[in-house]
Amino acid sequence: MKKTSKTDIIHIAKLANLTIAEVESVKLQKQFKETLREVDKLKKLNTMTVAGTYHVTGVKNVLRGDIIDKERVLSQDAALSNANRVFNGYFVVPAIFDEK
Amino acid sequence: MKNKLDIKQVYDLYKNKEVSCYEVTKSCIDWIAKVNPFLDAFTTINAKALDEAKKKDKQQVKNTALWGIPIVIKDNFLTKGFRTTASSRVLDDYIPQYNATVVNRLLGAGAIILGKTNMDAWAHGSSTETSDYGVTKNPWDLTRIPGGSSGGSAAATISDMCITSIGSETAGSVRGPAAWCGCVGLKPTYGRVSRYGVIAMGSSLDCPGPITKTVYDSAYILEILAGRDPYDATTSDNLPTKYTSFLGKEIKGMKIAIARQYLLPEMKSEVKDFIIKAGKVLEDLGANVEYADTLNPEYAVADYTVIQRSEDWELLHFRKVTRMNTIKKPRK
Repeated sequence: MKKTSKTDIIHIAKLANLTIAEVESVKLQKQFKETLREVDKLKKLNTMTVAGTYHVTGVKNVLRGDIIDKERVLSQDAALSNANRVFNGYFVVPAIFDEK
Repeated sequence: MKNKLDIKQVYDLYKNKEVSCYEVTKSCIDWIAKVNPFLDAFTTINAKALDEAKKKDKQQVKNTALWGIPIVIKDNFLTKGFRTTASSRVLDDYIPQYNATVVNRLLGAGAIILGKTNMDAWAHGSSTETSDYGVTKNPWDLTRIPGGSSGGSAAATISDMCITSIGSETAGSVRGPAAWCGCVGLKPTYGRVSRYGVIAMGSSLDCPGPITKTVYDSAYILEILAGRDPYDATTSDNLPTKYTSFLGKEIKGMKIAIARQYLLPEMKSEVKDFIIKAGKVLEDLGANVEYADTLNPEYAVADYTVIQRSEDWELLHFRKVTRMNTIKKPRK
């Protein structure tokens, strides 16, 4: 099992756009280790002869026609009703790129 | 004390016009006011429940399956116009714009929603301790926890704050609290009940299910909830059965397996003995009870961990992006 370093945690947090405190990174390092330990358990099993399974109930992809379901469509006001900031009927979210 | 009744009892009283919907709802609401401060089983209580009950009593139609039945719902089911938090402050002021299919079916059957129940935040837990709205207590012993994540629904049901309740399960979140609180919890097969409008945890695993006072009530509610939903493509095309018609029959010749590997060495004898005893009871009733071998459950847990954490991360990240960036300022 590859060891997860604190640098890994900080790197992953950066990729996920999460700000984490020093104490949190220690906690997350431990939790990451726990998750990877579970993955390692599965490595102990020989699955060479087992067919791949997507889901235990055998669900299949379901497609539908590209038809608008008016019952389900939210009005613009309803769609924006939980938003903090709106402008001209749009959600306002923080900018992704710097302006310079 | 009409709040102590189960669905079937209330339904029969309504049918014979022996009690009004207002009376039943009032007894639940009064009991909530009295015991909920000790149990913290709710995130939000429906202040309009009594008005809705009064309206019901004025209606003429009374033959729908859950007409006037006061019910509580885990707070991860979207309820139109009624706050839904999933027990997380992130959603403290979130007012859904539409109902979950489960909620629509319950309301369509005539139920009255008394409130939304406490849970582990985002359903992440098995104890209801991680809620941002207080820790739910086990009604049998306030120093103990009710199990989770549907702990609020189980505690509310067994303490008679409602007639019945709804929970949801990804891995034990219905059956666990039901067992810890001593009520009936039913986890349907994945796809039997629609997940539309349920704040997701693991989309390929989540199952809504009833937590009730009797086995009959669980079968009865499943009849209402089960079935294809065009809004959840993973719901099964198989038509639901009249589950209550299977109740009360002989179990002679029925084959029942007890998974040997699940009787773990670290299991407390007071639990293990009762599982074995339950097998004996079924055997005495004529069932063929066999101890069967399964794959070591640690592999199931490992599989689950990988699938659940991946799916959950994706969903939570989506929530964070859509919610945190546009959220109204959380209340202090």
